[in-house]
Amino acid sequence: MSTGTTKLDVVVSDVVPVNDLVTRFHFRRRDGELLPTFSGGAHVVVEMRDGDRTRLNPYSLMGSPLNTSEYTISVRRDDVGRGGSLFMHRSVKPGLEMVISYPVNLFSLDLRARKHLMLAGGIGITPFMAQTAQLAGSGGNFELHYTCRTASLGTYADILQQRYDRRVKLYHDDRDERIDLDRLLSTQPLGTHLYVCGPAGMINWVRDRAAALGWPSETVHFEHFAAPQPGAPFDVALAVSGKTIRVGSQQSLLEAIEAAGVDPPYLCRGGVCGQCETNVISSDGKFIHNDHWLSEEDHRSGCKIMPCVSRFEGKSLVLER
Amino acid sequence: MAAKTIISRPVYGTLSPQPGKHHLFVADAEGALAIIDMAGKAPAGFFDGAEIVFIAAPDGKHIAALEALKPAQLHLPPSFASLLPRLRQTLTNAHMGLRLYLSGTEGLIGQAMQVALEAGIDHTSMQTEHRGSLARRMQCVHCKGITENVTTQPATCAHCGLLLLVRDHYSRRLAAFQGVCINAEDRSEIPPMEEVFR
Repeated sequence: MSTGTTKLDVVVSDVVPVNDLVTRFHFRRRDGELLPTFSGGAHVVVEMRDGDRTRLNPYSLMGSPLNTSEYTISVRRDDVGRGGSLFMHRSVKPGLEMVISYPVNLFSLDLRARKHLMLAGGIGITPFMAQTAQLAGSGGNFELHYTCRTASLGTYADILQQRYDRRVKLYHDDRDERIDLDRLLSTQPLGTHLYVCGPAGMINWVRDRAAALGWPSETVHFEHFAAPQPGAPFDVALAVSGKTIRVGSQQSLLEAIEAAGVDPPYLCRGGVCGQCETNVISSDGKFIHNDHWLSEEDHRSGCKIMPCVSRFEGKSLVLER
Repeated sequence: MAAKTIISRPVYGTLSPQPGKHHLFVADAEGALAIIDMAGKAPAGFFDGAEIVFIAAPDGKHIAALEALKPAQLHLPPSFASLLPRLRQTLTNAHMGLRLYLSGTEGLIGQAMQVALEAGIDHTSMQTEHRGSLARRMQCVHCKGITENVTTQPATCAHCGLLLLVRDHYSRRLAAFQGVCINAEDRSEIPPMEEVFR
């Protein structure tokens, strides 16, 4: 069975539109008990049963870790994605019974830090909602820099400013407000840890500048769930189970493997955790790697693939599954 | 070269230039050679943002070679103990981006690391290179006294006089190896003392 994916039977207790793009969903346990404890930065994988199709998407828990009577997630509508967020926005109503995974944290705070410097972009704010609540509850030292497109799309910016006042700094793209990143990174006290969550371009920018300015890699934490990208259908031979499968254009390789009745390990389904790493036995074609787990060297070697987010184009692909 | 025996036994690397603008070196005796060797691999201008703190041997060996690297500052304290307040002050005022390089004896590396840990630097973020003597800084687990420059196995506690087995069990918090009484059952049993940490 898939590692760490013990399931929770929940019911949707509330659905709250937050702004034009983002809706918040509240889950409670169907048996009325408390949900498992979690720490700031944790995510759950939400099972979306959409007709005969099941999607499994990861979402950061954004509620306070001090309150486990409910879990909350915020979903940004993606009109050109594979449909998971649209399903959440259109079909998930209060009272719906759903299944989610136990929380898993791949983006946890390093509580040895003297100070936590957080950089959020867009919907990347969600893990910081939980982390700031956790730190505020224990007198932790943090500072949050949040970039959003416009004030009206600055999801939870108002709440964060209300709660934490000057510890939160907002930057609006439409007002040409930009983080003075080099200055910010050069003026942090020793013992500061850096956390960044947002679009891939932002994460890469922050990681590059931090490295160039002498931040040790152990002090730089980031999370970016890659959504599986649609693409051309392709065929895959699974050598261990002796099956040949077709990956549909809107399906991920991992979903296609699961649909064939093979149950590989997974955890985040977003190219981050490394659980579903799969060896390539042979290939004739081109890999489209979308994960943040494998090294560049691994990507070039053509010997490994992360089936949760990566695809393939070409004549043949044989995997050790 | 120190071999890994148990998990707490520190293993040292080779100094290598890290990215960034601020570099703090703390070295004693032969540790200067680690800095000089590393300088060959450092990019131009690297030492413009470097402070070297060097506790020299009484003969002043290696001081001239360090001066030749033209660091922004070269500080020559007479001892580690006398350096401590200034080192603490430097780290308290430092910002992220300061990289720390420790080279020389295990005692020096361990004690400088202890101060840096207190200042919030993770031990995995520090560059270390062991040079020179293998003499150990040892804490007697019975009386808690520290004995410096232990070269023998077993060793006598400089505080309580117990005969101690010098273990590989190391404490980063105390910057010391643990010494445990070797003849607790029968104090008349005196195992031969060999010089093993040279």
